[in-house]
Amino acid sequence: MEPLSWIDIILRLLAQLTPVWIALVATFTISITYKRRLGLYGKLFDSTIGMVGFALVMFWVYAAIFGAFDLIITHNALEQVSGMKNKPPGTPLSGAKEGEYAYYLLGGDNLARDVFSRMIKGSWVVVQIAPLATVFAFMVGITLGLPAGYYGGKLDTLLSFLANLILAFPVILLFYLLVTPEIVDTGIPSYMGAVMFIFPIAFVGILLNSRYHTQPAIRTPLLIGVLGVMFWLYLSLISESGTKLDVIPRWLDGFDIPGGILVVFVSVVFVNSPTVFRIVRGLAMDIKTRDYVAAAQTRGEGPWYIMLWEILPNARGPLIVDFCLRVGYTTILLGTLGFFGLGLPPESPDWGSTINEGRKLLSIYLHPALPPALALLSLVLGLNLLADGLREESLRD
Amino acid sequence: MGMFILRRLGVMILTALCLTFIVFFLTNLQPNLEKLAKNQGNQRMTDEQVMSWLGNHGYLQSVPVKYGQWLGILPGFTRTLDSGKVTGRCIAEDADPTVKPRRFCGVLQGDWGLSTVFKEPVWDIVIKRLGLTGWLMLAVMCVMVPSALILGVMAGMREGSRLDRALSTISITSTATPEYVSGVIFIAIFASSAVGLKWFKGTATSAMDDITFANFTLPVVTIALYGIGYIARMTRASMAEVMTAQYIRTARLKGVTFGNIVLKHALRNALIAPFTVIMLQFPWLLNGVVITETLFNYKGFGWTLVQAAGNNDIELLLGVSVVSVFVVLVTQLISDIGYVYLNPRIRIA
Repeated sequence: MEPLSWIDIILRLLAQLTPVWIALVATFTISITYKRRLGLYGKLFDSTIGMVGFALVMFWVYAAIFGAFDLIITHNALEQVSGMKNKPPGTPLSGAKEGEYAYYLLGGDNLARDVFSRMIKGSWVVVQIAPLATVFAFMVGITLGLPAGYYGGKLDTLLSFLANLILAFPVILLFYLLVTPEIVDTGIPSYMGAVMFIFPIAFVGILLNSRYHTQPAIRTPLLIGVLGVMFWLYLSLISESGTKLDVIPRWLDGFDIPGGILVVFVSVVFVNSPTVFRIVRGLAMDIKTRDYVAAAQTRGEGPWYIMLWEILPNARGPLIVDFCLRVGYTTILLGTLGFFGLGLPPESPDWGSTINEGRKLLSIYLHPALPPALALLSLVLGLNLLADGLREESLRD
Repeated sequence: MGMFILRRLGVMILTALCLTFIVFFLTNLQPNLEKLAKNQGNQRMTDEQVMSWLGNHGYLQSVPVKYGQWLGILPGFTRTLDSGKVTGRCIAEDADPTVKPRRFCGVLQGDWGLSTVFKEPVWDIVIKRLGLTGWLMLAVMCVMVPSALILGVMAGMREGSRLDRALSTISITSTATPEYVSGVIFIAIFASSAVGLKWFKGTATSAMDDITFANFTLPVVTIALYGIGYIARMTRASMAEVMTAQYIRTARLKGVTFGNIVLKHALRNALIAPFTVIMLQFPWLLNGVVITETLFNYKGFGWTLVQAAGNNDIELLLGVSVVSVFVVLVTQLISDIGYVYLNPRIRIA
C-alpha cells in the first residue's frame, strides 16, 4: 500500500476523533442553550477566550475518556509491530491483519509503537492525575490556610514558615529526593501520602459538622455515613500489599494504585499545597474583616462555621481561577517527572515520558516527540485560557 | 529597616538549616547508603560487608551527629584501624601521619567533601558548573527581562484594546509552554535535519568552551520563553492599574502626549511589582535550567544536579542543594528589601 499524504492523514485523524467532536458539539449546544441558568459556568460562554479554553480542555478530557474505552485509538499503545520502527506518519502497517487499522497515522516511535494511540492513552494519565492531585492540594491548602488566616498569631507564623520552607525547595531536587526507587522502598512517600490524604477527611468532617451540629438527628448519621466511606477509600488508597504500608487485609482493599503512580501523586500534591495555602491564607485575612463575618461572630457561630461557610464561599472566585491554572501547572509538573523518567514506568504512554524518549532521536525523527509536546501545550494553554475567561467573567459582576 | 533585614536573615538561616537537614536526612537513608557502599566497595558485597564498610566510614552514626559533622560544628568522625593508623572524615587517604589532623571539617570550614562520580572536590565542581550556568542565566536575563517588560507595558497601556488582546494571548501561550515542550519544538524546527533549516545547533555542549550565536540561542530562548509570559502578565496588570490612577488622568487633562504619559508618569510606578516577580522567578529559572541543560546537554549546574541525584552522589547532591537553596533564599531577601526600597509608601510607613 502507498503511504498516506498529509491531507489524508489529517482527514483520517479527524474521522478517528469523531466521538470527541460529537461530545464537544453536544456539550456546547446544551451549555449555550441553558447558559442563563448555569451561573458562573454559563457566563463562561459569553467570553470568546473562555470558550476557546473550555473547548481545548474538553477536547482532551473527552479524548482521554473515549481513549480509555479503546474508542479512538487505532492500535494498542504498548504493542510493537515489526518493521514499523521510526516510520514516518501515514505509513501502512506492515502485514496488517483483517480488522486491524491499516496505518500508523502519526508514525511509529523507536520501539515501533503507534504514536497517535500513545498520545491519546497518555492524555488519560494526565486527565486522571492532574485534577485529582490539584483537588487534594486544595483540600490541604484550605484546611490549613483558613485557620492560619483567620486566627493569625503563632499558628500562622508556624504554618507560613513550613510553607515557605517547601516553596524554597527547588522542585526538581525534591522530585529526585522523593521519587527514586531507594526512597520509595523506605516508605517515606507512602507515609507522607498517609498524612496528606487525611486532610480531605478532616475537611469534609469539619464542613458537615459545623453546618449541622445544631441538628444532631441529621448530623450523626450523615457524618457516620460520609466519613465511613471516605475512611474506607483512604485506607484502600494508602494501603498497598507488599509495601511498608499494608494496614488492611486484601479483601477489604478496594483498589490498588499501580506502582509509582501513588508516589508521583503524593509528590505533586506536596509541591502544590503550600502555594494554595498562601492564597487561601491571604484571602481569609482579607475576608475576615468584612461585616458579614462580624455578623456571624455576633450571632455566636463557631470559628469553623465562619471559616467554612462564611469565608470560603466568598473566596470561591479567585480559588476557581487558581484551580484551573494549577491543574495546568500540575500537568507541567507531571510532564517534568516523565521527562526525567521519575516515578512512572518507562513504557508508560504519558506525555512527559514520551517526549523524553522522542528527544533522543530528535534531529532525525520528529514525529515521536512532537505530538505529545503539542498535546501538552494545547491542554495547558486551554486551562490557562479557561482561567482567564473565568476571571474576566467573575470580575464583571 | 536594619531590624527588618536582621529578622529576615535569621529566618533565612533557620530555613537553610532546616532544608539542608531534610536533604541530608533523605540522602542518608539506609538504602542510599547501601547503594553507596556497593558502588564504592564492590557490587558483590554481602550485607555484613556492607554494614562494616558503612561503619568504617562513619555512616552508621545517628543522623543529627552526621549532620553536625557535615556542617562542621561537631568534631569529624575518626577511627583507629587494627594497624594503629588513624583514619577519619577529616583525614585524607595520603595524609602525613605526623601532622595532627583538623578536628572539624565541614561545610563551615569550607570542606564540602569529594564527589564519588567526578572524583573531584565538590566545591571545585560546584564553582565550575555555576560559572557555566552563570553565563546561561546572564543571557536569559538579558533576553527575558526587556522583552517581558516591553510586552507587558505595551499590553497594559491601553487595557482591552486589540493590541492588548493579541499580546496577552502571546503571554498566556508562553506560560503554557514548559521548557521541555518549547525546547523540543525549537530543536525540531531550527536544528533538525528533517525540517532542514539548521539555523542553530541542537546541543549546547560546544558552548561550554566557546559561546556562539548558533549554539547558545536555543537554550537561552527556551528558558526565557517560559518566564516571559508570567512577568509580562504581571507587568500588564500593574501597568493597567497605574493607567487608571488619578495622576495619569491629570496628566492627560494637562495635555501631555500619550507617549510621555507612558514613559515618564506610568512606567516607573508600574515597574515596582514586576521587580519582585522577576526576583522570585529565580527558583523557577533553576527548574528551567535543569530541564534545558539536560535537553541541550550543557554541562552546567542543572546538569550536575541531575548527575548527582541520578548517581547517588551524596556529597555532591548536598553541595548542589546548599547552593540552590542559598540562591533561592538570597533572591527572596533581595526582592523583599528591594520592594521596600522601591515603594516609598512602605518605606515611610
